[in-house]
Amino acid sequence: MISQLLFLLLLSTGIFFFAQRIGVIRRNIQSGRDWDGSDRKAERWATMARVALGQGKMTARPVAGVMHILIYVGFVIINIEILEILIDGLFGTHRIFSFLGPLYDFLIASFEWLALGVIVACVVFFVRRNGLALARLTSKELKGWPSLDANIILVVEVLLMFAFLSMNATDSIAQSRGLDHYVPAGTFPISSFLIPLYSGLSDAGVMAMEQGMWWFHIAGVLAFLVYVPYSKHFHIILAFPNTYFSNLNPIGQMDNMAAVKKEVDLMMDPQADPYASAPATDGPPARFGVKDAPDLTWKQLLESYTCTECGRCTSECPANQTGKLLSPRKIMMSTRDRIEEIGQSREANGGEWKPDGKSLLGDWITEEELWACTSCQACVEACPINISPMGIILDMRRSLIMEDSKSPESITTMFNNIENNGAPWAFPAGSRGDWTQEV
Amino acid sequence: MAHRGRFPQEAEVIGPKKYNHTMSSFHIPTMAEMTAAGKAPEVLFWVGCAGSFDDRAKRITKAIARILNAAETSFAVLGQEESCTGDPAKRAGNEFLYQMQAAQNIATLNGYGIKRIITGCPHCFNMLKNEYPELGGQYEVLHHTQFIRELIETGKLRMSGDQPFKGRRITFHDPCYLGRANGEYLAPREVISKLDAELMEMRRCKQNAMCCGAGGAQMFKEAEPGEREVNHARTDEALETQPEVIATGCPFCNTMMTDGVKNANQESNVEVKDIAELIAEAADLLETPAS
Ligand code: HEM
Ligand code: SF4
Ligand code: SF4
Repeated sequence: MISQLLFLLLLSTGIFFFAQRIGVIRRNIQSGRDWDGSDRKAERWATMARVALGQGKMTARPVAGVMHILIYVGFVIINIEILEILIDGLFGTHRIFSFLGPLYDFLIASFEWLALGVIVACVVFFVRRNGLALARLTSKELKGWPSLDANIILVVEVLLMFAFLSMNATDSIAQSRGLDHYVPAGTFPISSFLIPLYSGLSDAGVMAMEQGMWWFHIAGVLAFLVYVPYSKHFHIILAFPNTYFSNLNPIGQMDNMAAVKKEVDLMMDPQADPYASAPATDGPPARFGVKDAPDLTWKQLLESYTCTECGRCTSECPANQTGKLLSPRKIMMSTRDRIEEIGQSREANGGEWKPDGKSLLGDWITEEELWACTSCQACVEACPINISPMGIILDMRRSLIMEDSKSPESITTMFNNIENNGAPWAFPAGSRGDWTQEV
Repeated sequence: MAHRGRFPQEAEVIGPKKYNHTMSSFHIPTMAEMTAAGKAPEVLFWVGCAGSFDDRAKRITKAIARILNAAETSFAVLGQEESCTGDPAKRAGNEFLYQMQAAQNIATLNGYGIKRIITGCPHCFNMLKNEYPELGGQYEVLHHTQFIRELIETGKLRMSGDQPFKGRRITFHDPCYLGRANGEYLAPREVISKLDAELMEMRRCKQNAMCCGAGGAQMFKEAEPGEREVNHARTDEALETQPEVIATGCPFCNTMMTDGVKNANQESNVEVKDIAELIAEAADLLETPAS
């Protein structure tokens, strides 16, 4: 009875903190500009099924891809076991699903195989980060918290899987000794190798160890639940909505700014009265382009929370490959860090955000980074969860030009040429057709 | 570095023009002329800024025009009425300038009732195809490699008997705005396959192709501080295939790769050519090389 109450307390605490954190992230994301993702539903579901559920873009990097699929499948399926743990915990039962008989044996056996897979994959990932030190997993933007975060996740997943297997090992010892309410259930293809670890224990010791591992496993899972939304690991949930709201247009297609269209239409309309007062707008005039994180769309903010910091984008980026400061992964991380900061001060301030004189463009992301982008879309293509760092970069350039009139001199010259001659170079527009005389 | 933020190449001395005897100079009508004569062309050839002004790119433009002429395609150009699509302005952040350009171009195109456009530049292609429709400009837009494929498949364009590129090693550099941007990887390759050449794919090609470094308005500015130029890095990847020809489908890529080949001191071994130039040569439509 006491243990049931304790379990209930643990469970509700975990869920409470998880829900609270989700609320904060939700408000952060919703502080972005409107973006309409309500169209083309069938295509959206299909994209989500292919890219997130089906891990469609992951195996472009075969080792990371295959290892990840192991973790992913393992995690999702082993969670069926969590259901049993929840029921057992709440009602004081033991292995409630064991009535399934051979099916139960099969399930437990496959969970064990998957747990082994998860352990192997996590070890491989750990070695790639810390032993082999692959370039994309050790770049400077990962120094400190991001790489610690990555290692915590990997170590905790190994510990959880180890607890799960130890629980089964001690359980099977208890079963073979015919101990009280350890009904014979399940087959244990992997955990049986752990039996020698625990077989020296007394009956009471075996039972205590089985209970201990059970508690460690479920407490670990709940702690992880609370940890995940503070971490890049939140992608395990957000990958799904993020891919649902994927850009479905050709990736080279850049949006036309509606606010600019309105002004250009007015200018081009010969009927428009140039002396008429400016049309009334509701609210303060929106900024052109993106200067701070809330100028992004909610979709772009969602992307920043979904980013796994894998660096596939950066490792494909031609600017980064040739030693420029730009790293598309860092663009996503800076965006998330900034909207987090804004969110924290908003939460601390009774829900209202007081500008702090800082902005994403300038304090987190520099002009030098932005101007290095060739708009080649390699980062967009490389991202396994359909994030577009390029979109944020180009939106920030809009703010640089249209709000701050800041551009490299040669870019200003190019603008002037287009304006005056209809071409980016200083050739007279009248000579545009001259080549036709030369064929 | 010679290309950055500078004028396009100075005129290169090509020598006295010697056309193949079957070819004679022909007239390319503008839309204004056609309309005045009460005629409408099948397609509009959208030349683009590089193709109109840059001497190297003009050779590509002329090759496209010769191909269209040889295939008896009825086509016209806008001539002085064409203006920059606004791609470099937009990607440098100047949405106003871009939309002004777009509005002007759409008014011109719609004024002539244009339905089908072929472009000599993937950036123009992307703008006209993807970004103009929402502003009121709806056309069927083809990149020149797509149109050339169509001409070959429908038998309108025939290669001459002796293939000048037979068995030669050609590598193709995917332009970002044809490939990744619009998913067209096949058309240029199918056209190259008509040359009977050996197509050598680079380690990174198609979806994974590396940019030449010109896009997003980089063409018009100095690069940011770094270790290398993007075009030199990409040219190295192309040279790894030991090509005789680096084929391109974009005048900006062409400039970048040409510069890269010079930087690697390979200009005597490797030519950089647009697919249109290769086809025009194979179909015996070019000036006979000055020997
Ligand atoms: C639902 C269960 C999931 C679990 C348990 C999980 C687990 C993990 C773990 C442990 C890592 C860290 C690997 C490392 O340290 O390098 C990781 C990375 C990653 N995950 Fe997931 N993931 C899940 C779902 C997804 C989904 C649905 C996607 C969508 C495609 C996804 C995409 C990624 C990507 C792109 C990386 C970076 C891997 C790399 O390329 O290095 N994950 N995931
Ligand atoms: S679009 Fe820009 S940021 Fe993305 S890979 Fe290309 S150069 Fe890098
Ligand atoms: S944006 Fe995508 S590719 Fe880049 S680090 Fe984030 S998840 Fe990886």
